[in-house]
Amino acid sequence: MKRLINQRPGPVSTAALALLPFVVLALVYLLASDARLAENPNDKLLPSFTTLAESFVRLTSVPSQRTGEILLWQDTGASLRRLAQGVGISAAIGLILGVALGAIPLIRSGFAPFVAVLSLIPPMAVLPVLFIVFGLGEVSKVVLIIVGITPFIVRDLQQRVQELPRELIIKAQTLGANSWQIVLRVILPQVVPRLIDAVRLSLGTAWLFLISAEAIAATEGLGYRIFLVRRYLAMDVILPYVVWITILAYLTDFLLKQISRRAFPWYHNGEPGR
Amino acid sequence: MTPRIRFENVWMTYGDQVVLERLNLTVAPGEFCTIVGASGCGKTTLLRLLLGEETPSRGRILLDGEPLPAEPGPDRGIVFQRYSVFPHLSVLGNVLLGLELRAAPVTGRLFGGARRNARDEAVAMLEAVGLGQSLGKYPTQLSGGMQQRLALAQSLVMHPRILLLDEPFGALDPGIRRDMHELVLRLWRENNLTVFMVTHDIREGFYLGTRLLVFDKLRYDPDAPQAYGAGITYDLPIGQADPGTLAEVLAGGKR
Repeated sequence: MKRLINQRPGPVSTAALALLPFVVLALVYLLASDARLAENPNDKLLPSFTTLAESFVRLTSVPSQRTGEILLWQDTGASLRRLAQGVGISAAIGLILGVALGAIPLIRSGFAPFVAVLSLIPPMAVLPVLFIVFGLGEVSKVVLIIVGITPFIVRDLQQRVQELPRELIIKAQTLGANSWQIVLRVILPQVVPRLIDAVRLSLGTAWLFLISAEAIAATEGLGYRIFLVRRYLAMDVILPYVVWITILAYLTDFLLKQISRRAFPWYHNGEPGR
Repeated sequence: MTPRIRFENVWMTYGDQVVLERLNLTVAPGEFCTIVGASGCGKTTLLRLLLGEETPSRGRILLDGEPLPAEPGPDRGIVFQRYSVFPHLSVLGNVLLGLELRAAPVTGRLFGGARRNARDEAVAMLEAVGLGQSLGKYPTQLSGGMQQRLALAQSLVMHPRILLLDEPFGALDPGIRRDMHELVLRLWRENNLTVFMVTHDIREGFYLGTRLLVFDKLRYDPDAPQAYGAGITYDLPIGQADPGTLAEVLAGGKR
């Protein structure tokens, strides 16, 4: 018998092992839901899979009586728009500031401690300030995401720039590069795939801030809907929404990973399994 | 003739640690200097001084009679043991880079006819080092020896006045090392280069080049090993050195 650390599953058992926790979770839910519904058929806390499926179909196909729009799509569009704007702007700021801080010692000395202090401000604590300054509309929600994830991206990218081997920067200088050319041709192309990594890592946090902002003040959005129907204990809406958000988050992450692999094959050459 | 490189009483100290002391050296154009010595004897410091990464604490260094610039520049090419090539550029892109940087200060890229000319020049250089078949590959797809060939081509396409080699073959297998020795000697002759090569391998130092510089402490205080720096203990015109000298240097180099 090999040691436990040397036992590797084959392709079939890998898939089976990966599915196992999902099956167990579904089973536990099914048993618990059945037990509660047997006691009280009107129980709202753990709706049956049938109820959940019906409610999901209703959410994705039946237009709302008030607005005439299909709620799930409307909420998804609103949330994804905010998320894309917030994350996109954060990534742009992160790339520019991170490269500037990482590559230029004069800027680093001047601003790195400032960024370090800023990143310690709890974003939710300044949410009221954002509502006061930017109003209750779209801007404050996007800004909350930016405030929430930009410091992380900036500091991560600065770190990545500083981790580039010193030899490469020297080499570029011996090829006659000026500072701007070093940033443009040596540093930027090497940190863009690392920016994608940083964005993937911060997406979870971005969703957190998005849903928080929507829960507090919004008229549409995935987070808004969940917190709205909470009052009616509408688990048959909340649970499909949570699953849907999880799927969206997974797809975004998957998409970013694929883009990175396609666009930067050199960055992924050394990865295991390739 | 003006010497290519001239060290005039150069000292290098970090705090109270003396790394190099009283270094005087004159190197004519076309010389191939190999530099050997124990670890921590200032070999790499000498290279960093030549690169302009460090400035001497005392004394001065002249390049073709002019003070050496205090930062790396296109007149001094370098090949390191590792990380000498850019992982995000193809083989061709790595060699093209220097030509593009020189011609396009703002965009750092060439287009159209200018790019075709630069490409021809880069391809010719790559063929000279035996990489003509690998233009589109990325460095991670190359073996260690091929990466060093690429690094040499990348430096030489800029026609530097000095080529610095920092243990360039230290990580290679013996067979590949021999091929690389032949390549370096051929490139040195064809391009009329002035070469400084640091190596751990004293036999390699004897085999390559026209001049062997051995670095060691000139004075030694067992109670304060930092107090005195290293200097050149042997400066041998190779080819005239007899086997007895090699044995003597080997014995002295062990300390």
